[in-house]
Amino acid sequence: MSNATTSVPSGLDAGGLDQLSPDVRSYWQMVGFRLRHDPVTLFFGAVILFVILAAIFAPLIAPKDPTLTSMIDRLKPIGYKDYLLGTDELGRDMTSRLIWGARSSLLMGLMPVVFALLIGGALGVIAGYVGGKTNMVIMRIMDVFYAFPSILLAVAISGAMGGGMLNGLISLTIVFIPPMCRIAETATTQVRGLDFVEAARATGGGTGSIIVTHILGNVLAPVFVYASGMVSVSILLASGLSFLGLGVAPPTPDWGLMLSTLRQAIYMNPIVCALPGVAILITSLSFNMVSDGLRQAMDVKL
Amino acid sequence: MTDNAYVARVENLEVKFVSRESTTKAVNGVSFTLKEGEVLSIIGESGSGKSVSMRALMRLLPSKAKIGGEVEVNGKDVLKMSGRELTRMRGKEVSMIFQEPMTALDPVYTVGDQIAETVMRHEGVSKEEGLKRALELLEFVRVPSAERRLKAYPFELSGGLRQRAMIAMALSCRPSLLLADEPTTALDATVQIQVLILLRKLQKEMGMGVIFVTHDLGVAAQIADKVAVMYAGRIVEMGPVRDLLRNPLHPYTQGMLASTVHGQDRNTDIEAIPGSPPDMRNEIRGCAFAPRCKHATELCRTTEPPETSPGEGRAVRCHLVSGMTGAEQDAPAYA
Amino acid sequence: MVTKEKSADTKARAPSVEVVPPGDPRDRGGPAQPMFMVRDLKKHFPVRGGALNRTVAKVLAVDGVSFEVVKGETLGIVGESGCGKSTLARLLMHLIDITDGELIFDGEEVGVRNGIAMRDFRKAAQMVFQDSYSSLNPRLPVEDSIAYGPRVHGMSKKEAKNLARELLGKVGLRPEVFGPRYPHELSGGQKQRVNIARALAMSPRLVILDEAVSALDKSVEAQVLNLLRHLKRHFNLTYVFISHDLNVVQYISDRVLVMYLGEVVEIGPVDEIYAKPKHPYTRALLKSRLSMDPDERMDEAPITGDPPNPINPPSGCRFHTRCQFAETLCKTVAPKLPEGARPSDHVTACHMYNQTAGHSLFGKVPPAFETPVAEPASSARVAAKA
Ligand SMILES: Nc1ncnc2c1ncn2[C@@H]1O[C@H](COP(=O)(O)OP(=O)(O)O)[C@@H](O)[C@H]1O
Ligand code: SF4
Ligand code: SF4
Ligand SMILES: [Mg+2]
Repeated sequence: MSNATTSVPSGLDAGGLDQLSPDVRSYWQMVGFRLRHDPVTLFFGAVILFVILAAIFAPLIAPKDPTLTSMIDRLKPIGYKDYLLGTDELGRDMTSRLIWGARSSLLMGLMPVVFALLIGGALGVIAGYVGGKTNMVIMRIMDVFYAFPSILLAVAISGAMGGGMLNGLISLTIVFIPPMCRIAETATTQVRGLDFVEAARATGGGTGSIIVTHILGNVLAPVFVYASGMVSVSILLASGLSFLGLGVAPPTPDWGLMLSTLRQAIYMNPIVCALPGVAILITSLSFNMVSDGLRQAMDVKL
Repeated sequence: MTDNAYVARVENLEVKFVSRESTTKAVNGVSFTLKEGEVLSIIGESGSGKSVSMRALMRLLPSKAKIGGEVEVNGKDVLKMSGRELTRMRGKEVSMIFQEPMTALDPVYTVGDQIAETVMRHEGVSKEEGLKRALELLEFVRVPSAERRLKAYPFELSGGLRQRAMIAMALSCRPSLLLADEPTTALDATVQIQVLILLRKLQKEMGMGVIFVTHDLGVAAQIADKVAVMYAGRIVEMGPVRDLLRNPLHPYTQGMLASTVHGQDRNTDIEAIPGSPPDMRNEIRGCAFAPRCKHATELCRTTEPPETSPGEGRAVRCHLVSGMTGAEQDAPAYA
Repeated sequence: MVTKEKSADTKARAPSVEVVPPGDPRDRGGPAQPMFMVRDLKKHFPVRGGALNRTVAKVLAVDGVSFEVVKGETLGIVGESGCGKSTLARLLMHLIDITDGELIFDGEEVGVRNGIAMRDFRKAAQMVFQDSYSSLNPRLPVEDSIAYGPRVHGMSKKEAKNLARELLGKVGLRPEVFGPRYPHELSGGQKQRVNIARALAMSPRLVILDEAVSALDKSVEAQVLNLLRHLKRHFNLTYVFISHDLNVVQYISDRVLVMYLGEVVEIGPVDEIYAKPKHPYTRALLKSRLSMDPDERMDEAPITGDPPNPINPPSGCRFHTRCQFAETLCKTVAPKLPEGARPSDHVTACHMYNQTAGHSLFGKVPPAFETPVAEPASSARVAAKA
């Protein structure tokens, strides 16, 4: 080549600085920016925060003892005496019970999802990245669980292990592992085939290093979004278990359980009886909406 | 069809994509006309607004797209059409072919069924008649052993045959306007030329107007009667294909020609245009090409150049050209 | 007219393949030892199907390919999509297992027990992928993507970052501006520069570029090609440049290898191949290039039909279904590249060029182009007329 310069000419400047937004934003800053400008997600996020705070500070804000019964003030309507939201079939204060009930409901909504996310997510990433026989074994096992409707599976496992909160938690975790694994596996398989992973292998990166640097970040978003959507399902399933007497045991206040015991009184005081249901609905809806908002905010323009 | 002789007429077209975070001004004041039997090629880099301009002709844009200006097809105002009128127009008067036929063909139906379905929908004929027409159409686009291919699923066909099948489907109702969005870009060299020759033949036979979007000057040279060069959502230069490719007047067109690799000496650099096209989310002042143009002056950076016509059928948006006197028109003083 | 007519006679250039490049301290086998020797390389992908997921067929993606890459040269590889170019690239990089054959990198075999250590090979050979949405990790700042390789090889975080920034500068991107950016903020050309910097971060001897400029716009493609040429000198690199664009391959390559359905059909110095192509497929490819002169429209395609499916390639010469010179012989006997050819030789796998094969056209093959000088594209004429 006649052009014998060995230095790379700076005149090659690719320029295009006008292309770039003036400030550097990391991925999470961008997600934050998008969330801040999304009033719907913010609103439902606030609802969730409200429920969580209520659960944490239940002892402080609940006006009465949630287990204190009163034979006189049974099934009173909203606003009766100082019972802000009326009373239940044993004359306990609905307001306090709803606030305390947020504890077990949230716990049952979040914990199984978190555990399933960790276990199922890890299995899925391994199955997806390693592929081959490992993938086949893991995914076939998941398929077995997948074959049953989730509520049936939860009921069956809880039934076999006996009721109680811990067993309910375990059964729900088991129910959520397969879908979580499936999502993580799909996402990993997709990412694994992309050029940048190939390029990382070409530089000599090992499996662990590639998973940590290149796979997790890209798999986390879809899994996380899916998980946040699962919270509402978990709340509903947990309520269902309690409703069937397989979850939280009375007299612990729990929305599902409350709905179950109040159902006999539905004709006497329908509004009060519906309150636990409304609480479940609002909370799970909020999780769903936030999940939706997260999906949009976490979307990368690839 | 009407007293208006134009198959398509676009006047001052503007398309904006509005989202929560930004507004992308994809098309900024594009105007052109297309006569019956004419082939217009729109050339430009990716993101310059070629596809969006073309889709506006069929109003095939997502709802977040805000369209302004005038768009007429066969004398009818497309922007004022009802949903019903639009569906009737799409596929019958105007049809479209894409770069990747897989996205336009439904993978679960055979090629024959899909073509027959289009014919049945627009002409209300029986299934039998539709299939007969489908066979004719496949033969029309020179698909070998058409009878057998009629029963094939899209994935069973090679890239070139799939593209032919899509062309057959697009032509099934004898449209007066065919929109082609880089239909040969994904094809191999030996297949691309076959499809280009086919399209040219079919266009002649049917006398339809064609708008052919491409980023390849060679493709435009093969098929176009006139060429419009787009940059940053504007047509910066337009003219008959010969004049434009032999004597480009706009610095961007000249740069495109110079930077296309075609047998340059290997010991020297190719004359590349420095930088990259502007981000259309930002407000552009003056000439959009100014940051990359070696002739840019202060005037270029502040004032958008007006459209001037330096010759028969030609139009250029550049201060250098508009500042020239008539005598220098075909030999730019700055070359 | 801006399209300047560059030195018209491109043939005056010395054949660079004969020139032994200056020694490099990283050389293992000496300057004359080929950078890469590929012997009878094969890759067959199983096609699974049926209830038991059994192998029902094989895709012969790369089927008995042999060639050498000379130190300091750019070897262009052309062919249509699906002919095995990308598989070959991945085989050379040892990203997929080879079915059969030998890969010898600078005198040492790759992927065997007593050959070159994988760790050393991974440093010495790098690859640049086509700019696509997936060529860079969307969740990593580009400088982290560049620094990943050196980090894996034990460089400290700080050093790796400094190196990444230095390389960004070398590929024409201002380090402090582009380093912390995410891929989605960059244009196609800028991303491709980052991809190149990532490959250079390992200070490789050999860079395999798989359709590295194909997805770029023309003006940006030119920038990147210029950059590649300069980097090659600066870092004393050897390139394997894979592309379907014949004009680009002509510009960048010293030698060219033409592939058809997993086989090498022709190989030789670039100017000879472009001026006097031998194999009928190479001829068709070259004739399919589009002229930029509207007066040179083609009315007849050089060849008809699509490339056949590599699952069941045609018998004998794989090109016989599309070849205008095919004879009965071609349908049964597969032509071979002549043995013992040197890198500077221009050879083809076609019976018409083999005296012993018995093709009736031996010695009487009509020239590919009427005019002896292969004028690559008609822009020269366009310019002359303007
Ligand atoms: N659906 C869409 N939403 C938002 N922006 C879009 C959409 N479609 C196209 N654009 C933007 O419009 C501009 C022009 O795009 P396009 O017409 O596809 O360019 P071309 O066809 O010339 O490559 C680009 O900036 C592109 O990002
Ligand atoms: S108006 Fe100015 S900046 Fe724009 S193309 Fe013409 S000379 Fe260049
Ligand atoms: S061997 Fe026969 S069929 Fe093959 S390229 Fe040569 S002449 Fe054509
Ligand atoms: Mg486009």
